[in-house]
Parts: sequence; structure tokens; C-alpha cells
Amino acid sequence: MNMNLKLNIWRQKNANDKGKFVTYEVSDVSPDMSFLEMIDVLNEDLTRKGEDPVHFDHDCREGICGACSMVINGRAHGPKRGITTCQLHMRSFKEGDSITIEPWRADAFPVVKDLVVDRSAFDRIIQAGGYVSVGTGGTPDANAIPIPKKTADIAMDAAQCIGCGACVATCKNASAMLFTSAKISQLAVLPQGQTERYNRVEKMIMQMEEEGFGGCTNTGACEVECPKEISIEHIARAHREFIAAKACSHNV
Amino acid sequence: MSWITNTLTSTVGRKVIMALTGLFLTLFLAVHLAGNLQLLKNDGGESFNIYTQFMAHNPLIQAISKGNFFFILLHIYVSFTLYFRNKKARPVGYKVAPGNVSSSWASRSMTLLGTLILIFILLHLRGYWYVLKFGHVPMVTVNGVEMHDAYRLVVESYQNPLIAGFYILSMGVLAFHLWHGFSSAFQSLGLSHVKYTGFIKVVGKLYAIVVPALFALIPIMLYLKSIG
Ligand code: HEM
Ligand code: FES
Repeated sequence: MNMNLKLNIWRQKNANDKGKFVTYEVSDVSPDMSFLEMIDVLNEDLTRKGEDPVHFDHDCREGICGACSMVINGRAHGPKRGITTCQLHMRSFKEGDSITIEPWRADAFPVVKDLVVDRSAFDRIIQAGGYVSVGTGGTPDANAIPIPKKTADIAMDAAQCIGCGACVATCKNASAMLFTSAKISQLAVLPQGQTERYNRVEKMIMQMEEEGFGGCTNTGACEVECPKEISIEHIARAHREFIAAKACSHNV
Repeated sequence: MSWITNTLTSTVGRKVIMALTGLFLTLFLAVHLAGNLQLLKNDGGESFNIYTQFMAHNPLIQAISKGNFFFILLHIYVSFTLYFRNKKARPVGYKVAPGNVSSSWASRSMTLLGTLILIFILLHLRGYWYVLKFGHVPMVTVNGVEMHDAYRLVVESYQNPLIAGFYILSMGVLAFHLWHGFSSAFQSLGLSHVKYTGFIKVVGKLYAIVVPALFALIPIMLYLKSIG
């Protein structure tokens, strides 16, 4: 059964605009549409009327790029667990629902326009240390470095992070600890990550703080809202890495 | 910045300080409780007074007590620096709040709960510690030794239902602080593992209920005794 919905959307012309909520009615929404397709329908309507369509980030529309940032009724990526907004379907809503849509809110993620925020702070955290150095030359054998299955699993779980920023959006402190810790964890447990191990955690945490993210208070909200269900165990590992680095690294 | 300042001022370093001081205070609570429970003995306050006398004069206890004051001040100071940093990280809030779907109320309210505990601690110190140290307390003689009648000071204060009630409410606040804080401290220290995290969580919840409940039992019993 198709439905009629009321949308309460944050509209902001640019970074300097104050911004405000604007209410829109969308009718005849199919339950099989994705949430983004529902906004597409609204935007078609707005364009026909000569109004500015609602700007939002999106790219893959299959839950792997992390672009589709929005807070839907107070929850990052909407009410369902383990998915992004593009994977959320309108069957999760019902006739007459009123839906509030807001951008990620964090000092480190300034609003660019409407629901689009600037997440380049995450790129700078990665640039600070989220990499491994690899010697050029011939292609190494695939299994030349043995890695225990359990270790590979931990690294893989952390590597699932798509950098969407839902952890920051959800955290009451706008802390980027889940993102940063996943990126630290993923490389810290693998043999290939050992060369930069201590520098990595020190530099990435420092960059995270320079960007103006808050501190972690272990509320655990991030792991609940993470579309890739990344565990706060990685935050504990990042703390271990940090303590070890401070005790052992050569950066005085 | 030297590596030491860098460590201590980073959010992770500050969180480690919160955890270490928090765990010290948690341990202190258990010792404090063991002493206080002697108030419930039916010996006219004899063992409680001997205990208070010992605590006030033993040099080792006095040294630990200084450390305790320092750690609590550190815990409070760092908690406020984190609070202001975290407020600044989200200048514009959300219109819709998700409530308890993704986190517990206690975990989100640590600063509020801590501030209420701080008010309690100040009144608590004013009511007993300050009076015993600088005020006039009647003396008693136990086993030939003259000492402050701390027992009477406490018993008389709980005849006032307002004081007893405030104490009991504050123990409820403490319970919520520990409900999140106990296991959170281990997470902050990086101690998270399938081998023991489940156990820590269970012990933490039990501790958060049993310790404040036993503390609260003392004013309840003393008040009931005072009204007959
Ligand atoms: C007997 C008194 C107290 C005990 C046993 C206690 C215990 C703890 C413990 C175990 C933690 C967890 C640390 C962590 O998450 O790593 C904690 C956190 C916290 N405490 Fe206390 N605390 C006490 C008093 C206070 C006071 C007086 C305040 C402040 C005014 C306070 C404010 C906080 C705050 C804000 C946190 C959360 C810090 C964060 O997550 O970043 N506490 N406390
Ligand atoms: S658009 Fe790529 S994850 Fe949603």
C-alpha cells in the first residue's frame, strides 16, 4: 500500500546560512522504494516547481561507500540496525508518518548545504597514519606472511568501516573514536602494520583531536548505529595501542 | 609539547586518568563501607569509635587519605575538562533525540551524576570529617582511651529525616554512576576481551547495586532505631 508522508527537513543554503527546518508532503510513496529514492521523488517535485531540491550525499546506493549521511528521526541512517540510508526501505515507515531528517551534527563536520556535510576531517586522520609502507618491486607471494585466522578476522571486521561518520553523528560528544580506532586496529593486528605501529596510533589520535572531535565516554551508542556493526572492542584496542606507544615509541 | 603533556592532555590519556582515579575511588568505597557497617553493631558505638580513632591517627591511613583527596580532585577536574571539550564538539544539537535506543541513561549522564555526587561529598565532609577535625565533638572513653564520640555524631545526624533522606538519595545517584562507571573504566584501560569482559560487567552491576544499598542501609536502620 502506497503511503503519504510528512517530511521535516533541515534546509541550509550554504555553510554561512543559519538554516531551518522546512516541512514537505510526499504522496504515493511505494513501500519498495529506498529512503533515498523517496527523497528523489520529492526532489523531482521540487525541481518541477522551480524550487531548490534537497541536497544530500549519495554514491553507490548499495551500502558500501558511506556517502548517504543523514539523521532520520534522531537515528543515524534511520531506525534499522546495520544498514546505511540507501539500504533503508520505505516499508520501515507507515501511512501518515512524520519524518525528521537532519545532517550529521559535529563541529568537525561543517554543513556544506542542506544534508551534505564536509567529512574531510576523516581523510586527514587517515593521512596522519592510516596506511602501511610497502616496498616496490616484484609482486609478493600471496601467502608469504602467515597470519592466524582469528587475527585476519579481527582485521577484516575493523576494515569493514566505510568512513560514513555515523559514529560521530550518533555520539553525544561527536567523538570519532570508533572510526579512528577501527582504522588503527585494522593495521595494528597485522604483520604488515608493524613498521608504523606506534607512530600510527600517536599521529592518528592527535589528528583526531586537532579536528575538534569530542572524547569517548564509552556510551556505546556508536557501535549500535554503525552500519557495519563495528565493535567498541576496537576502541579498547586503540587505547592499548596508545598506552603502549606512549610507553615505547621514540617520539619524545 | 613534551610526550608527557601530550599523553596526559589527549582525550585518551584523560580517559585513562578518569578510569584509574575512578577505580581507586571505587575501591575506597568498599573500605569505607566496611568501616561504616560497624555503626549497625549493637555495642553503643564502641567498635565504630575505635575504628574512627584508628583511621584518624594511623600515619599510613592518613597518607592514603591525602591520596584519596588528590585523586577525587583529579577525577573531578579531568571530568570537567572533558565535559567542556565534548560540548564544543557538537555546537548544534539534534531536533529529535533517540533516547535510550542506543545508549543507557547512566552512560549519558555521568557528568550530572558526578556533580550530584560532588555536592554530596562536600556536605558529607562538612558534616563529619570537618566536625571531627576542627569542631567540638563529645568525648568518650573506650578501654581506658579517651576519644571522639564519632558514633554519637553520626547517630544524632540521622535522627533528622532530611539528612537521612539526602544520604539515601545520594546513594541512588552513586549507584547509577557506578552502573556505567565500573565496567567503563576497564574499557578505558583497554581491557576488553571475551575471556573476562562479561565477568567484569556482571561484577560491575552487582557492585553498583550492593555497595550503595549497604551504605543506604545505615541511615535507614539508624533512623528507624531513633524513632523507636
Ligand atoms: C565516590 C565517588 C566516585 C566514584 C567511585 C567514581 C567512579 C567513576 C568510575 C569508575 C568512572 C569510569 C571511568 C571511565 O569511564 O573510564 C567514572 C567516570 C566519571 N566520573 Fe566518577 N566517580 C566518583 C565521583 C565523581 C565526581 C565527584 C565527579 C564529578 C564531578 C565524577 C565525574 C565523572 C565523569 C564525568 C565520568 C565520565 C568520564 C568520561 O566518561 O569521560 N565522578 N567515575
Ligand atoms: S550511498 Fe553508498 S552507502 Fe549509501
